[in-house]
Amino acid sequence: MATTHQSLYGYIWKHSRRDQLVILSIALAAQPFYFLTLTLPKLIINGPIQGEGFATPTATQNFMRLVVGLPEWLGSQWVLLEGFALERVPYLFALSFAFLALVGFNGFLKYLINTMKGRLGERLLRRLRYDLIDRVLRFPPSHLRKSKQSEIASMVKDEVEPLGGFSGDAVVWPVFLAGQALTALIFILVQSFWLGLVSAVVVLGQAIIIPRLRRPILQLGKMRQLQARELAGRVGEIVDGGADIRVHGTSNWERADIVRRLGRIFDIRFELYQRKYFVKSLNNFMAQMTPFIFYAAGGYFVITGQLDVGQLVAVIVAYKDLPGPIKELIDWDLQRQDVQIKYDQVMDQFQPDGMTPPEHHEASKEPRSPLAAIELKNVTAIDDAGFTLLDDVDLALPLNQTVAVTGPGGCGKEALGQLFARQISIKTGTVKAGDDDFFALSEATASRCIAYAGPESYFFPVNLTENLLYGLKQSPRDGVASERSRREAIRAGNPAFDAEADWLDYEALGTRDPKIILERLVDVLTMVDLESDVYQFGLQARLNPKVSAEAADRIVEARLALHERLAAPDAVTLVERFDPETYNRNASIAENILFGASIDPIMQPHNLTSLPHFQRVVAEEGLEQHLVAMGQSIAETMLELFRDFPPDHPFFDEFSFIPSSELPAYQQIMKRAKTSGLTYPDRAKLSVLPLRYIEARHRLGLITPDIRERLLATRRTFAETLPANLKPLISFYEEGKYNAAASIQDNILMGRVSYGVAQANERVNVLIREVLDKLDVRDLIIEAGLAFHAGVGGKRLTTGQRQKLGLARALIKDPQLLVVNGALANLDDQQKTNIVDRVLKHRAGKATIWVLTKDDLADRFDRVLVFEHGRLAADRQQTLREAAQ
Amino acid sequence: MSILTEVELLRRIPLFSNIDTSRLKLLAFTSERLTFENGAILFREGDRGDSAYLILTGKVAISVGSPNGDVVVASLGANNIVGEMSLLCEMPRTATVTAAEPLDTLRIKKDQFFGLLRDLPQMTLEIMRELAVRLNNVNKELSAAHAKLRAAGLE
Repeated sequence: MATTHQSLYGYIWKHSRRDQLVILSIALAAQPFYFLTLTLPKLIINGPIQGEGFATPTATQNFMRLVVGLPEWLGSQWVLLEGFALERVPYLFALSFAFLALVGFNGFLKYLINTMKGRLGERLLRRLRYDLIDRVLRFPPSHLRKSKQSEIASMVKDEVEPLGGFSGDAVVWPVFLAGQALTALIFILVQSFWLGLVSAVVVLGQAIIIPRLRRPILQLGKMRQLQARELAGRVGEIVDGGADIRVHGTSNWERADIVRRLGRIFDIRFELYQRKYFVKSLNNFMAQMTPFIFYAAGGYFVITGQLDVGQLVAVIVAYKDLPGPIKELIDWDLQRQDVQIKYDQVMDQFQPDGMTPPEHHEASKEPRSPLAAIELKNVTAIDDAGFTLLDDVDLALPLNQTVAVTGPGGCGKEALGQLFARQISIKTGTVKAGDDDFFALSEATASRCIAYAGPESYFFPVNLTENLLYGLKQSPRDGVASERSRREAIRAGNPAFDAEADWLDYEALGTRDPKIILERLVDVLTMVDLESDVYQFGLQARLNPKVSAEAADRIVEARLALHERLAAPDAVTLVERFDPETYNRNASIAENILFGASIDPIMQPHNLTSLPHFQRVVAEEGLEQHLVAMGQSIAETMLELFRDFPPDHPFFDEFSFIPSSELPAYQQIMKRAKTSGLTYPDRAKLSVLPLRYIEARHRLGLITPDIRERLLATRRTFAETLPANLKPLISFYEEGKYNAAASIQDNILMGRVSYGVAQANERVNVLIREVLDKLDVRDLIIEAGLAFHAGVGGKRLTTGQRQKLGLARALIKDPQLLVVNGALANLDDQQKTNIVDRVLKHRAGKATIWVLTKDDLADRFDRVLVFEHGRLAADRQQTLREAAQ
Repeated sequence: MSILTEVELLRRIPLFSNIDTSRLKLLAFTSERLTFENGAILFREGDRGDSAYLILTGKVAISVGSPNGDVVVASLGANNIVGEMSLLCEMPRTATVTAAEPLDTLRIKKDQFFGLLRDLPQMTLEIMRELAVRLNNVNKELSAAHAKLRAAGLE
């Protein structure tokens, strides 16, 4: 798998050469100034402070005198600038301010370099991440099946991150640090040859020993990286397989595995720390060796007069700047090796054999050119395990027929379907589309001409419309993004595609009119038997009335029509409407008090007791004692009914107001109620119980006329005294007004379906449908349903719905060749037959290849291919009359 | 009508006559109160049964299919239970039951009924006793019928 990849330095140099050189030249230009900041302290101490050159009080020195030393025969020196004469004190200040200015200037240069480095690093990181994802998009299907998504994500996201920081430092930082170290070293050497030599030896020793000691650390780092990546992979598996883990009760097995992995990571990291800090302390110790020599030997030279104090101070000051760069240089080298390892490891994972060449993905804007007939010659294909999928298949497919592919499971028919989607590669033989190699067709051409629906379609976590139109977003659009972001993308080697632009292929749709597109979507949904599901999603959806005020008005219209219909004698008991002045027996006590809908969790009926406003209103209305009394009555009944059941009995979840774990506590409370009296917490616990009580359902007869009046009063006070900060969180039920927090269905109903009326739900659904059809608001509901979010991987849809949606997504492309490969496996026979019939009718005269899971539908197709053990066993044309039967 | 009235009505059903009040209360609580309009069908002959209906008020007509269409064979009023055999065993409905008047019923679901039996042995015993009594009655009737047949010289 490991074809060699470019080295890290090669990659960095190739893509950031220009920036690196600019930064480098600024860094180099900074060096003389840096040298000057080192010289100035010596000049200040020796000159104005100690009085050198200022023998008399009026003596002056020339400030800013610039002299270039020249060989003897040219006059020994060349005075560039005479400078100007200054007395001792002004000279001191002039030198000090010059020092300050230099420090500032150096700081500015450093800032400049750092910003440029950061930008360079980020650009390179962006390029690298894009490259990696680009590779993932070109992975062969077999490699994709083997890859763990969380490991790939961890590599793209985390593991390459240090490369960004490093690449800015790849060239500039070592040069800069080496320059600094060298400058400091040369400076020390100039001041005192022997002290300089000592420093040089110590530095050299550091440079040789430390990296050696660090080598095992790098190995550990590599192991840590692998372990961390695998951990990420395992976490992904635990999330993906969460349901199965629970079903099999293997959560402790998973825990054990995680414990083992965390233990391994801990061991690696702990050893890493031990070694790292050992090296660090050794490094520090060596760095401190030199000052020791300076103080001992340098001091001796000063005392014996071989060195002046100024020089020694300058040496010590310069030395202060030496260990820093050296240490950082060593750190940098460590980082370099670390990043190199990471880079190598990541790149290894992104070079599988058989990647699609980049030119296949090239965006083409040329008009769709239809495919010629497809011809298979001696095609043999095997799977990863070496099992033969297709064995010497010869087949000519003119693209104008409907073709059924049948045979027992695993006979090769599935592989044939996948072959047309280019999901498998062939081992021998040729597949031609006209004169072209089928596998060399560009992605753009192939995907425009062929639509594929397999047994497991992936859906993106966007709404249904976007999922349905997903296959029509192939041709890149550019346009709306700002020039700056476009330019920056190109600089980082990213394509200038714009995700904000409208990518929809209107040409393929044949229209730009959103109404016609919706019609087409509905047609396709009807064809695959998904329309009524989407309609249900629509009824459950919330509408944003600010965005679609007209739609909201229509729904309110539908509500009025439904209520009129519900007034008829045959329907009068079906629904109990929300009436501000009436207690709703089919809603809970909490719902009756709240009397509105909210999308905020704190305003949900079951959370009401923790809402301070609710507590206040209950106290004000004197409802508390009644709630406690009702609670007592409920608790008494529950204790009587459920005391003999084992704690895990399903009745508790389904019927009990009190979970089994709390039964003993309530038993105590009820005992106290009869003897010592209720405590404050007892009352609180009791008053929670009735909130879920629905009179029509639970039939405990708690809602007496008196209680009913009190609850209605509480409802009024709750709404009237609602604090301003809570007001936006709830929409109260109001006649004739759309309730934005409630679903469309609830808005139409504006009430509760009655408990205890036979088949009330079914009958109400039929009535709602009738009303909506009459008002012609079906499109509106479908549109709301199409906005249903499919969930991660389409998990909010059932398997059957996913399969239907997959087929719909292929159909909406209206492709030249439609390939359906076991895409309806999970549906019942009746549904399957209906869908096949409708789709075949729709695709009359267009090429369709349908890999059937059961053979009994084959007689509906123009041509039937029968596979056996990977071979084409029979190929029969059916006359139209036969097919029509 | 609250659950307590339902309990009183349940007590009048022979199958439940010997069962504790609190158990009957539980049965009522876990059951669904359902009203049917005149003419509405409770269940059809041949359907898979999953519940029994206790008639609280109103009347039902029981009919069975024949070559000439459905024929009403009986009608039952309040305090009767229909479809109770499906509580105890898996078998298709043997007749169609239609509301002959506006009907108020208590629908006892098989799952809930079994849930009660599984965890309440005394209740199971009571039901067994009742079934034994019924079986005994059927046996008696059967032997009486045999005797009659023999007397008539038909066997």
